[in-house]
Amino acid sequence: MSSNYLDIIRPGINTTFQDKGRDHLYHIGIPFSGAMDNRNYLIANKLVNNNLDSAVIEFAYQGPHIKYSGEKINFAVTGDVIFSIKKKDTEIEGKCYESYQIENGDEINIISTNKSVYGYLALGGEFDLKFQWNSCSINTKANIGSNDGKKLDEGQRINLKKINSNKDIKKTNYINTKIENIRVIKGTNFDYFSEEGKKIFYEKEFTVSKLSDRMGMRLEGPKIDNIVNTNIKSEGLIKGVIQVPADGNPIIMLSDHGTIGGYPKIGVVASVDYDRLVQMSPGSKIKFKEINLSDAETLFKLYEMETQNLLSQI
Amino acid sequence: MIKNISNLGDAALYCDFGNEVNKSINSEVIKYFKTIKEKKFEGINNLTPSYNKLIISYDLKKTNFKEVKNYVENINPEDSIDINSKKLEIPVCCHENFSMDIKRLEEILKLSREKILENFLNKEYFCYMTGFIAGMPFLGDLDENMRAQRLETPRVKVPKGSVALTEQFANIYTFESPGGWNILGNTPLDVFDSLKEDKPNLINPGDTVIFKEITLDQYKNYNE
Repeated sequence: MSSNYLDIIRPGINTTFQDKGRDHLYHIGIPFSGAMDNRNYLIANKLVNNNLDSAVIEFAYQGPHIKYSGEKINFAVTGDVIFSIKKKDTEIEGKCYESYQIENGDEINIISTNKSVYGYLALGGEFDLKFQWNSCSINTKANIGSNDGKKLDEGQRINLKKINSNKDIKKTNYINTKIENIRVIKGTNFDYFSEEGKKIFYEKEFTVSKLSDRMGMRLEGPKIDNIVNTNIKSEGLIKGVIQVPADGNPIIMLSDHGTIGGYPKIGVVASVDYDRLVQMSPGSKIKFKEINLSDAETLFKLYEMETQNLLSQI
Repeated sequence: MIKNISNLGDAALYCDFGNEVNKSINSEVIKYFKTIKEKKFEGINNLTPSYNKLIISYDLKKTNFKEVKNYVENINPEDSIDINSKKLEIPVCCHENFSMDIKRLEEILKLSREKILENFLNKEYFCYMTGFIAGMPFLGDLDENMRAQRLETPRVKVPKGSVALTEQFANIYTFESPGGWNILGNTPLDVFDSLKEDKPNLINPGDTVIFKEITLDQYKNYNE
């Protein structure tokens, strides 16, 4: 038995282990999964001196309340998150993007994400988790990954198999920028939609629906009219694809998406905006802005350089 | 052959092999899929073959559209690749406990239950692709008189193992999931097993599948 562990007092709404995800499995029907907001995932690991591809706890909206037992360990929370740390009789408000040291009996209470969806809790060490296809990422739909592919539950105990010896406290001043315009590249069925429908897609505002999760984000707004066929022969999907089914409301494929789909693809979210897209909570307004492939590639390169820069300063 | 290559977003290639759905076009897709999978091009992180398309996803940190397109355009898929890798018999129980949409099918197809089963069972179907949910095989082609549309309102939960039909295709729900296909029966076989990491799918693109009827008793005793 491990002597360093977490007890889950309250699991939160959708709390899972995530890492970099798994690849080369689309052809058998398994998506990437992995942390939804990749930048915040990487920063969380860096703040606690982990390898960048280590497993973290991802939560959505309300996060977990956990009690720690064992020798001293560092932790950090990233995202836009309200949380507290309870040490013996004192409870202090925690700050994101700073690492803290906790010891036997301390508690971390992740109250909620603030006007965003996902947050990350990294511990300076290694959880004792099952890996499937080189990843512990939990895909609750297919029950793949650690924890039998299920989200974390009340009363569970999670063991750590290693604690980092480097316990340097770290901090960064990152601020999550919010964007209203999501940049998209024209989809392969763009011409299935009426001129009016195409105009609506690029000019009108859509609202993120409550029916959004790690698989997909449903949008509500003016209907996008299809003039060719509301079904296509089923074909592969990737994350970021925006499908428009017969009801005219777009659905954006996210990290746990079905690998094959039969609705026309009006657009694909540019990779540069994916981390920020997934953080848009129900009720948020989205506008799409068209960009071409070469601009999308350049913008992603810059975003990636910025991420590397942020990481190197921690 | 690939008729056209375009981009699907900024991190995938969309290879179009045509619009028809038939074994010959799909076999071309699978040949390309298997050839590219073998070669392990740096940066390609996923391949999704379907009826007549192949989507090649790549890591934009490692490569880009131009490089992958150039690579794919210069590939010669090897004709020697045997795509008909396996012939499989799948036991299916069509007892009324399982055939949830038999009445609907009888009405739409204007065929009796017996005739529907006779048309469906003991015939060879080709696996065009797997996916949507992990391991789900898309099998075809059903006889012309066996083709029904999806349910108007999909079920929230289709039981694991359900064997179901839509248009010219049959599939198997590898685990409980939402779905809108017409359910004809249920197989006790585990068609997807995530614990078998190197071969989680029982049925793979290019395989041939034959459904063999079993009784309810045989179904119940199958895994014992």
